[in-house]
Amino acid sequence: MQFGIFSVGDVTPDPTTGRTPTEHERIKAMVAIARKAEEVGLDVFATGEHHNPPFVPSSPTTMLGYIAAQTDRLILSTSTTLITTNDPVKIAEDFAMLQHLADGRVDLMMGRGNTGPVYPWFGKDIRQGIPLAIENYALLHQLWREEVVDWQGRFRTPLQSFTSTPRPLDDVPPFVWHGSIRSPEIAEQAAYYGDGFFANNIFWPKEHFQKLIGLYRERFAHYGHGTPEQAIVGLGGQVFMRKNSQDAVREFRPYFDNAPVYGHGPSLEEFTEQTPLTVGSPQEVIEKTLGFRETFGDYQRQLFLMDHAGLPLKTVLEQLDLLGEEVVPVLRQEFAKGRPAGVPEGPTHAALVAARDAAGTNEKEEVAK
Amino acid sequence: MTAFKLAAVSAGLSKPSSTRLLADRLAEATVRRLGEEGREAEVAVIELRDLAVDIANNFVTGFPAAALREAIGTVTEADAVIAVTPIFTASYSGLFKSFFDVIDHDALTGKPVLIAATGGTARHSLALEHAVRPLFSYLRAVVLPTAVYAATDDWGTAGDALTDGLPGRIERAAGELAGLLAGHGPVAEAAVPEQVVPFAEQLAALRV
Repeated sequence: MQFGIFSVGDVTPDPTTGRTPTEHERIKAMVAIARKAEEVGLDVFATGEHHNPPFVPSSPTTMLGYIAAQTDRLILSTSTTLITTNDPVKIAEDFAMLQHLADGRVDLMMGRGNTGPVYPWFGKDIRQGIPLAIENYALLHQLWREEVVDWQGRFRTPLQSFTSTPRPLDDVPPFVWHGSIRSPEIAEQAAYYGDGFFANNIFWPKEHFQKLIGLYRERFAHYGHGTPEQAIVGLGGQVFMRKNSQDAVREFRPYFDNAPVYGHGPSLEEFTEQTPLTVGSPQEVIEKTLGFRETFGDYQRQLFLMDHAGLPLKTVLEQLDLLGEEVVPVLRQEFAKGRPAGVPEGPTHAALVAARDAAGTNEKEEVAK
Repeated sequence: MTAFKLAAVSAGLSKPSSTRLLADRLAEATVRRLGEEGREAEVAVIELRDLAVDIANNFVTGFPAAALREAIGTVTEADAVIAVTPIFTASYSGLFKSFFDVIDHDALTGKPVLIAATGGTARHSLALEHAVRPLFSYLRAVVLPTAVYAATDDWGTAGDALTDGLPGRIERAAGELAGLLAGHGPVAEAAVPEQVVPFAEQLAALRV
């Protein structure tokens, strides 16, 4: 089981001081947060991709490459990479390059984004959102697995005898997650390829994601990748902690009340009751997070949203200390208990290489027989 | 045979409310008319006033809180809906519109809907035709021909030689709804499983 954080990369005024960080400060803060994640023993840092203010991370592989150089263990990922508006050829190249530089500590999450206007900025038609996600990913999948590609599709110019360079590290492509908030088509896509499925699990009640994950698990088995329990599931989560529950609530309330996404709506109490958001002591966070397994089954990756809504960097780093020191060690222990033997661990490059080699050996044995 | 499920939605704000009263009268008349055909019906009344904050929150968060989710379920799973709004500023009330705004736009497809409204004067009765009916037409609901408007005066008069009184209009609308329901029977209760297009078909659809 892997634990980490994911960042939207929003530049939001701190509602308690009215101060807005500069883009430069925010970008550097994201790097500091990623380094801290490694320092406190987390496994994954994932960045969003956005192309409009007030968000800064428009160039994820640049940022992740820079972080790769400053870390040794952390898996670098995205949340999400826009499969609709990025050219799949460029995604194939950028992430293969990053994979080499980071010695395999790379995976990525495909998403369609939540900003309609982004489509025309990259010459795409928003009405084709789902077909773009399907065709582009089919090409990306092929580019990473076949050295020479001849390809023709509906949304980009054809490719003839094209080789995407560099080739993936050890000829094993980065692991891919598919993120979706509401589309069964994307759960179906993830299941078809045997890829991971990530439910952001933040803004909606859990029943909503339970349905999508249930569908993904069922179709994963349908396509012969294993049992439903062996499907690769990732979940988001959102927490704010202090030793004392009341302190956490008091400190986080102004950030919640003014948060760009859900601020000025329901109260903090209503929202924590209705969604996976937890504001309280590390123990409360542990209990709520362990509850995810009851709802969704044993899963592979838990990412927390920690740096948003204008929280100052200092506070976020303190949150990561709490997460790394008091929460994640207990979660690792508890999630390991009663975890059935057949349930896979979180995906790593080393494990994918080993699985590929094992499959190769089996094939040779088959031939020898 | 299973009883029909009727959902009566009232956007009335005061308590007691004439909008709620009209919803109740329409529901009672419909149940009675169905009874005459030997059919049973259960009525669930939804007072949007009680859900006003949840509805506003749904706009902000993108999902319904528990009470609102239950109300939406009651409406979308009903065999027919009786939708009653006060007329505010020449149209349906904002609360009424907002409730239907947070329901999936295809969740009422094919559902019989009896529309009705209340207002201070009969001069706004056509708001039912120029505002409420198009709303449900957009949602592809089956809107009954008779829409019932009750002005303050209507509650005290029995109509005249040229116009039906309010009780007459309620009877006519309830008769239409009961007739439509009795004609096709209650809808199945089974939950609809998620529809999946097999991935190979999705890929094939893109082949040039």
